[in-house]
Amino acid sequence: MSTSSNGHDAGGAPATGGRRTAGAYDVRVVIAGLIGLYGVVLIVLGIVDYGAAEAAKTGDVNANLWAGIGMLVFALVFVAWTRLRPVVVEDGEAVEDPTGGADTAGR
Amino acid sequence: MVLAAEESLRLDANLVDYALVAAYFAVVLLIGFAARSRVSDSLDFFLSGRSLPAWVTGLAFISANLGAVEIIGMSANGAQFGMATFHYFWIGAVPAMLFLGVVMMPFYYGSKVRSVPEFMRRRFGTGAHLVNALSFALAQVLIAGINLYLLATIVNALLGWPQWISLIVAAAVVLSYITLGGLSAAIYNEVLQFFVIVAALLPLTLIGLHRVGGVGGLIDSIRDSGNENDLSSWPASDLTSIDNPVLSVIGIVFGLGFVLSFGYWTTNFVEVQRAMATKSMSAARSTPIIGSFPKMFIPFIVIVPGMIAAVLVNEVQELKAGGDPGVTYNDSILLLIRDVLPNGLLGVAIAGLLASFMAGMAANISAFNTVFSYDLWQQYVKKDRPDEYYLKVGRLATVGATVTAIFTALIAAGFDNLMDYLQTLFGFFNAPLFATFILGMFWKRMTPTAGWAGLVSGTLAAVLVWSLSEVGVIGLEGQGASFVAAGAAFVVDIVVSVAVSMVTAPKPVSELAGLVYSETPREDRTDPEAHRLPWYQSPTKLAGISLVLVIALNLIFS
Repeated sequence: MSTSSNGHDAGGAPATGGRRTAGAYDVRVVIAGLIGLYGVVLIVLGIVDYGAAEAAKTGDVNANLWAGIGMLVFALVFVAWTRLRPVVVEDGEAVEDPTGGADTAGR
Repeated sequence: MVLAAEESLRLDANLVDYALVAAYFAVVLLIGFAARSRVSDSLDFFLSGRSLPAWVTGLAFISANLGAVEIIGMSANGAQFGMATFHYFWIGAVPAMLFLGVVMMPFYYGSKVRSVPEFMRRRFGTGAHLVNALSFALAQVLIAGINLYLLATIVNALLGWPQWISLIVAAAVVLSYITLGGLSAAIYNEVLQFFVIVAALLPLTLIGLHRVGGVGGLIDSIRDSGNENDLSSWPASDLTSIDNPVLSVIGIVFGLGFVLSFGYWTTNFVEVQRAMATKSMSAARSTPIIGSFPKMFIPFIVIVPGMIAAVLVNEVQELKAGGDPGVTYNDSILLLIRDVLPNGLLGVAIAGLLASFMAGMAANISAFNTVFSYDLWQQYVKKDRPDEYYLKVGRLATVGATVTAIFTALIAAGFDNLMDYLQTLFGFFNAPLFATFILGMFWKRMTPTAGWAGLVSGTLAAVLVWSLSEVGVIGLEGQGASFVAAGAAFVVDIVVSVAVSMVTAPKPVSELAGLVYSETPREDRTDPEAHRLPWYQSPTKLAGISLVLVIALNLIFS
């Protein structure tokens, strides 16, 4: 998969120490976080705030609810992808603090 | 580009909508700060340390182009011309993107240049380089200003903020994440923007389709309104303003599909820079090819909403029937959003539109600061300074470009048509560029003098043809005139380049390694690891799949 660092030839220092995953610095986590947040907000809106005005605009479909579910599913797929194929960074190259990365994961 | 500025566009955004928009901006700034911790030298800042995976740069490649002009302009074309607008994507983008990945990228990436103008300098010397670098830098600042102006206009129309406040806020956001994180921040944000734009436009398209009774309902409504032409993409006479169907098809295929689109996609550093940020030759070649897959489906969520607006939104219906409802086609997608999206999705849509307008501007600025620092400042003003010096120049150039863009936007606010003209003119720089590049890459005899002479004469030819059609000497208008002007630029550039090469001295062959096909050893333009890659990472196989798909789309929606 293109997200692994196999064949990494960026010309930096050779990898001396171990390798670890990029954690919250992985752009996929950020994307999943934002779209997932949108999904949750829209689902809540679809449940508590679906009335005649909304139905008139969308043609009797609870658009917020369905779009919200779609976004949440998308976010979960992205999180699963990140788990299955984590980005590996060489030590000292990108992530300073692995626990800091883990704490903010999924935000 | 003219939008109706008054209350008709005002969207009824509530607190939730604002919160969703605010969440987006918070994440954008977060990416800027996160990317900052990685920027350690100028290659990091300008080319992301050549480390990004191909799917990231591929989506950024698309996103950098998915700005205000694209979304507002293409949905407007969809409302006005219908399916003929698909040509801008399937004829006018995908083939050129595949060509860039398969044929040209090995030279850009393999020669280890840091920008497209730098390639120009190494192949043709400083004459062609100066022409290319200066026109590119100038165009980027100007286009950034136009993007910023559209952004402010839309914030003003949608949310009622005063224009100058929206200008400064938008500029400050773009400035902060690029100065902090450089190209990595711009690229990561472009990827995020891509998904937010899809999250905004896909529900809009689906709800819009539902409102008009599905695809069948849309087709029936368009037919009933007497716009049968909107349902076929060929020969696109409305779009080209060329009445003869054969000439119209030739105009689309050669003018748009060959000269204009190849000129734009294969030589525009805004795009090519995204591929240069990858970690291997295969990833660099894959960048535009991976980008071609989303690119061929974007029209379904950009053009189709425009076509829906033309039968669903009262004002656009009236406009299409020849009335004057006080809106323009550029308002189509905004009016559709107003009419069909409930609060909540409305917030996502506003975030998506703002995202797309910032994407365009950020891409212009991040390409500008590279060309300014490496190609103009380092080459012609201060050579041989330490790396940190150029990193600082890059950050200052970003600030300078953003401030200039604010003033350009203010000028644009005063002279709408002037900006349209200038943008068209800058488009003409691209057509001869492609001719010069392709000739220079495959013909080692082409001389440095021919490099700049071809560029200048090609550009002048385009400007001449376009001016003649503007004053009515040539019976062409609109898009048709741009297609013919670009074609003239291409032909004149080739003819002048060949003629000048015959009477001037070529560069010694030893200086052309990596720059010209016949002088580049095979291992320098291929990836040594390529045979180990699975099919979905092989640039040529992916390009083949993309080509088959885009031909199928052309046939299905002809």
